[in-house]
Amino acid sequence: MRLSYPADIKIIQVPCTGRVDILHLLNAVEDGADGVYVAGCLEGECHYISGNLKARKKVAYVKKTLTEIGIEPERVEMFNLSSAQGARFAEIAREMTDRIRQLGPSPIKKKSHAA
Amino acid sequence: MIVADRKSLQEILAMVADKKKILILGCKGCVTVCNVGGLKEVEILAASMKIARKKEGNDIDIDIQVLERQCDTEYVAGIRDVVGNYEAAVSLACGVGPQFLSEMYKDQTFYPGVNTTFFGGAVQHGIWEERCAGCGSCAIHNFGGLCPIARCAKSLMNGPCGGSSKGVCEVNKDTLCIWDAIVKKKMESGRLDDLIGVKPIKSWKTARDGGPRRSIREELVQGNI
Amino acid sequence: MSELKSGSNLEKVLKAGHFAFTGECGPPKGANVEHLKEKLSHLVGKVDAVNMTDNQTAVVRMSSWAGSILMMEQGLEPNFQMVCRDRNRLAMMSDILGAYALGVRNMLCLSGDHQSFGNHPDAKNVHDIDSMQLITMVKKMRDEGKFLNDEDIDVAPKMFIGAAANPFADPYEYRPYRLANKIAAGADFIQTQCIFNMEKFRDFMKKVVDMGLHERCYILAGVTPMKNAGMANFMSKYVPGMDIPESLIKRLKGVDKKDQAEEGIKFALEQIQEFKEMKGVAGVHLMAIEWEHKVPEIAERAGVLPRPKV
Ligand code: SF4
Ligand code: SF4
Repeated sequence: MRLSYPADIKIIQVPCTGRVDILHLLNAVEDGADGVYVAGCLEGECHYISGNLKARKKVAYVKKTLTEIGIEPERVEMFNLSSAQGARFAEIAREMTDRIRQLGPSPIKKKSHAA
Repeated sequence: MIVADRKSLQEILAMVADKKKILILGCKGCVTVCNVGGLKEVEILAASMKIARKKEGNDIDIDIQVLERQCDTEYVAGIRDVVGNYEAAVSLACGVGPQFLSEMYKDQTFYPGVNTTFFGGAVQHGIWEERCAGCGSCAIHNFGGLCPIARCAKSLMNGPCGGSSKGVCEVNKDTLCIWDAIVKKKMESGRLDDLIGVKPIKSWKTARDGGPRRSIREELVQGNI
Repeated sequence: MSELKSGSNLEKVLKAGHFAFTGECGPPKGANVEHLKEKLSHLVGKVDAVNMTDNQTAVVRMSSWAGSILMMEQGLEPNFQMVCRDRNRLAMMSDILGAYALGVRNMLCLSGDHQSFGNHPDAKNVHDIDSMQLITMVKKMRDEGKFLNDEDIDVAPKMFIGAAANPFADPYEYRPYRLANKIAAGADFIQTQCIFNMEKFRDFMKKVVDMGLHERCYILAGVTPMKNAGMANFMSKYVPGMDIPESLIKRLKGVDKKDQAEEGIKFALEQIQEFKEMKGVAGVHLMAIEWEHKVPEIAERAGVLPRPKV
């Protein structure tokens, strides 16, 4: 089954969201990404027990940092879905792109372009 | 170990608001163990600062280094060749680090990026608690191995005070009343007698009150003291 | 207890075997002497001594020794309170000497509520010595005529030494032992925390009597009349170390709002009646917080007037 999702999303695969680091998320924002989200397994269904829960906390940390800087924390998000939910994956992708469209381009991008 | 908390991003940004090129210095000692000033935290701080400054259209150039220990002149000397390349440096070591740095490199400004809080340890992943106040004359064996100097909000030698309630200290409900724990431990082990009588008045001469302290191990000192 | 230790009125009353009755007063939040005098005027002739609180609940007020002196000018005997939170041993000893020189003869040694409760939570807390050690220090100054460092004092302060006990703090089983420590340290009299849970206090006193502590020191039971159910609620929630049974709050709530004060006084009177009979209790310490003008009425109705002349 191939489901389409918005083309302006760049997917980075990791074996488990537990591997996602605060720094990965921050670096993406720093490099001008308008939004970043982590799609992990359903809570309670992590193959490595708590990788997705850890990821959620890291996402929360980054949201806090962005808030402190004055950037919309909604640009970073954590989603949970199972690997069998292809449709849900596409739906999340659309949800996130809609959200980012509404927020507009990242202030980081704008400013560095202007500079 | 020495435990510290990162200063807020805003506070650190304000310290170097007029700087364009800075160095962030981590430490592989205690602050790495308490996840506040090791390589990872240094990288996170650098990335966060860069994002914040980019947002303002005022990019900042940040280099990072993590020293083996910032409380040791031998390692502090390691940045001799580069330290002059920056307008300022932020240290994520405990309060000792930026002082050793400032003492060695008189022309550079070192900002403390963390608030050094206490001597303690991790009671669970992500939570550290105070255990010792460095009073300079340890007597915890008299208190069931629990330190009332550091852990009682009033440093009582003869507690618990009248505010102790259900094992919790009067200062706030998340703080254990260490005297409750001391008394219970003594009662459970049938050694209540240890708490009969008044514990004598303490000399604070050995603590910070006696002035800045110095430890000398003569057998190790080379040359004159 | 043959010779008098301090010669204070309170000591004489207790020694003569009278049921003691002491009051309490907080100094003004400022230098308003008139207000202090007004509050104190209600207590004249109604109590044996009056506690002058020392930055109570860590809120800054006029110094307790100054309040004590002002009290003496009005013909009342002060019980000078001193907490360990705000002074180191040097300041404590010099204040004790100063207070004694000006005529103060009773003092109450306390730890002090933590400064985080008060209006200067950023303050450094001293706690150079603790309340237990403060008792030993005052005793040493009095009985040995020496400072803590063993130097001789030129005219030693002879204080009647008081200490506090909170039977309702935890661990409960340890409280009688802690009281015993205070007595061993040199406390001549004890004023307890406000008592509301009578059942628990009876049990506590039984233990105290079994240990013979009442024979080694005078125990004054703490009484605070409740002004209304709201005050009971507030104290139960926010004042450290308070044990206010639900039944008392219910009892206050059970009467009309305008009658709650009278109900609170009634409860206090019942308590005093019981304390008069209770083995080991040598008197009552009435803490009528900002209710000094009610003390004459309470004293009258409690049947403790006139106060003995000793
Ligand atoms: S007694 Fe002194 S040295 Fe020992 S743990 Fe307590 S503060 Fe530290
Ligand atoms: S409640 Fe316990 S820990 Fe807190 S100040 Fe009192 S004795 Fe110390």
